Amino acid sequence: MSATAHDDHHHGPTFAEIWLLQSTDHKMIGKQYMFIGMFMGLIGAYFAYAFRMQLAFPGVNVPGFGTVSPLEYNALVTNHGTIMIFWVAMPVLIAAFGNFLIPLMIGCDDMVFPRLNRLSVQIFLASAIVLIASFFVHNGGFGGAWTAYPPLSAKAEYNLTPLGSTLWLLAVVLEFAAFLIGGINFITTAMNARAPGMKALDVPMVVWMICIASLLFMASVGPLVAGAVMLLFDQVLGTGFFDPDKGGGPVLWQHLFWFFGHPEVYVVLLPACGITAEIITVFSRKKLFAYKTILYTVIGTGVLSFFVWAHHQFISGIDPRMANVFTITTVLISIPIAEMMFLFIATLYGGSIRFTTPMLWALSFIAEFLIGGVTGIFLGSSGADIYFHDTYFVLAHFHYTFFPIAIIGTFAALTFWFPKMFGRMMNDTLGKIHFWGTIIPFNFIFIPLFYLGAAGQHRRIYNFNHYPQLATPDLQALRVLATVSLLVMLSFQAVFIYNMLYSMFRGKKAPNNPWNANTLEWSCPSPPPHGNFGDELPNCYRGPYEYSVPGRDEDFWPQNLPN
Amino acid sequence: MDGDGQQPLRVDAPDMSMEQRQVVPNALLGTMIFVGTEIMFFAGMISAFLISKASTPGGIWPPPGQPRLPVEATALNTVALLLSGVAMVVAYHQFKKSPSKATAPFLVSAVLGVFFVVFQGFEWVGLLDHGLTMSSGPFGAFFFLIVGTHALHAVIGLGILAKVFVLLRQGALNLGGMQALTLYWIFVVLLWPILYWQVYL
Repeated sequence: MSATAHDDHHHGPTFAEIWLLQSTDHKMIGKQYMFIGMFMGLIGAYFAYAFRMQLAFPGVNVPGFGTVSPLEYNALVTNHGTIMIFWVAMPVLIAAFGNFLIPLMIGCDDMVFPRLNRLSVQIFLASAIVLIASFFVHNGGFGGAWTAYPPLSAKAEYNLTPLGSTLWLLAVVLEFAAFLIGGINFITTAMNARAPGMKALDVPMVVWMICIASLLFMASVGPLVAGAVMLLFDQVLGTGFFDPDKGGGPVLWQHLFWFFGHPEVYVVLLPACGITAEIITVFSRKKLFAYKTILYTVIGTGVLSFFVWAHHQFISGIDPRMANVFTITTVLISIPIAEMMFLFIATLYGGSIRFTTPMLWALSFIAEFLIGGVTGIFLGSSGADIYFHDTYFVLAHFHYTFFPIAIIGTFAALTFWFPKMFGRMMNDTLGKIHFWGTIIPFNFIFIPLFYLGAAGQHRRIYNFNHYPQLATPDLQALRVLATVSLLVMLSFQAVFIYNMLYSMFRGKKAPNNPWNANTLEWSCPSPPPHGNFGDELPNCYRGPYEYSVPGRDEDFWPQNLPN
Repeated sequence: MDGDGQQPLRVDAPDMSMEQRQVVPNALLGTMIFVGTEIMFFAGMISAFLISKASTPGGIWPPPGQPRLPVEATALNTVALLLSGVAMVVAYHQFKKSPSKATAPFLVSAVLGVFFVVFQGFEWVGLLDHGLTMSSGPFGAFFFLIVGTHALHAVIGLGILAKVFVLLRQGALNLGGMQALTLYWIFVVLLWPILYWQVYL
């Protein structure tokens, strides 16, 4: 490892380390991932703003964007989805918090491959730049939906974005390479660099979840990369892997894509569940209910997630007998996740709950994700899905899963670990204003979209006035409601940005352990210096969730204290 | 400690050994995970190939009018690559005894690897001359995709072999590095007979 490399590093981070991504320190790399991810999140939000304005007020001159043309509309929805999943949810939840938390929580000085880690964030930045560049080429960015189904994605005469679609594909593949390197690092570090005495079941749940998520990612991404290379060849070399005229099959892409695409949901879900587990134990002062059961549940969910992918293809002409099988597996997978949510609720039961900002986020994760999970049952049933497929019901459903995962999970984690990351406390009142200003409008955006979907409103439509059955005033009123709620929600993010920037530089100095938590990261200074724990790395004497242990004066018992 | 229904206080006797345990050396573990990803990558390509092959109109594969692949010559080349893998395993075992003894089998492995790649290059030139290209249909497209991806892995593997050989000569190679290289090269070697069976036969 890098014990010697740390000796000449006792000065603060240099300009090149911060801005040119030259640092090998896992905390710096985690923050770089987080800020790049948040910046991409702003772009994704801006795209959502532009196309929601077009949907609510067709043809309007959107302030800050201009009139949305049909081609631009396609590029906006495509890249909104791509950015929010690949450049926000994954980098922030897995890469940023994985990098920041894993070495601190398992009690070591850095990742086991620090230079590979630096390479990972550099490739990630390159992928973001390639994606942004694709918006500015001839005819703009790719507009074939984030799922990139051929032949629309394969043929420039259909998608009209010859260069944009190729750059989009390159950016996605680069981004996967970055996460592959990062994931290898996470798992190797968590297996080999744990503090002396830390057994497998003493590892905090979020570290387990990030490692299992990385394993799922690496097991599922291979076929998609294979598909992406084939699609790239179809685009630029004129091969016909997915072209029926040349002997290929377009449904083949759907299999390769969703074989990755569905495990991907769990790749981002698991870290968010882990973050929730850490926060609710600290703020209900209780042991995590059924640690082992949660762990085995997650492993089972991970395995099962490889056998559900074809529920995205019920109307793609697959064999109905195959649809039956995938209906069963899809409905089955809701059991372990429901069980995990019950175990979280059982953790809360009888605890002395403290409603801090991170706790509010964690609780809302459970509540909102539940709606996403329950609506998924309708879509997993092949009969109901024939009607719901590609409607706004689907859209509302997966936003009720991805918003809790990516946005609520990120805010929960950031408000919780902010003192450790930046050494200062965030303002709790502003945090709560931001919380309610986000959660309430969020529900007002997406509940109307469930209704619209049930009314038959199809996705990826530029202007609903072209469809007489969908252009009725009551449906239009719901669209306006969703868009106005989005504007409210976006404007409340200013509170968060102000709170974060102000607290980073002017906030109250944070003590080492502001929340009286047990895990090892709270035993080192806030913010941790280079090498994290100083000269002596901690030992670990017990599990991470020993709260309110009878017979102790304090209601917490840090993992690094001998007794 | 008052019980009354509460969980008893958990007092683990601190582990007296209290040292970090590396189950598997870092370099080897990282490579194992990477090779796992690579296996899934090739599994994706091979299953795509099998699906396309099974849905050919008329079920005739390879499609009529396309050049035939050189089955016998490639069988010879397969043997060369397998021998390269054997030489690498020998090099690994010699390395464990004494690093200086590993040089000879290491060189044998590298030379056989280069032979494999060059031989395949000539084969490709011949096939291209006979009109088998990436855009001549799914047969050619899948052939060059799968075999080409494997060749790319072999070339990268030879590059790593060269770098590790320099380390070996300098005496700067550790066991984890040698294990990682051996694992990767064995992956490249053992993958080939599977591809040969699926694509050529």
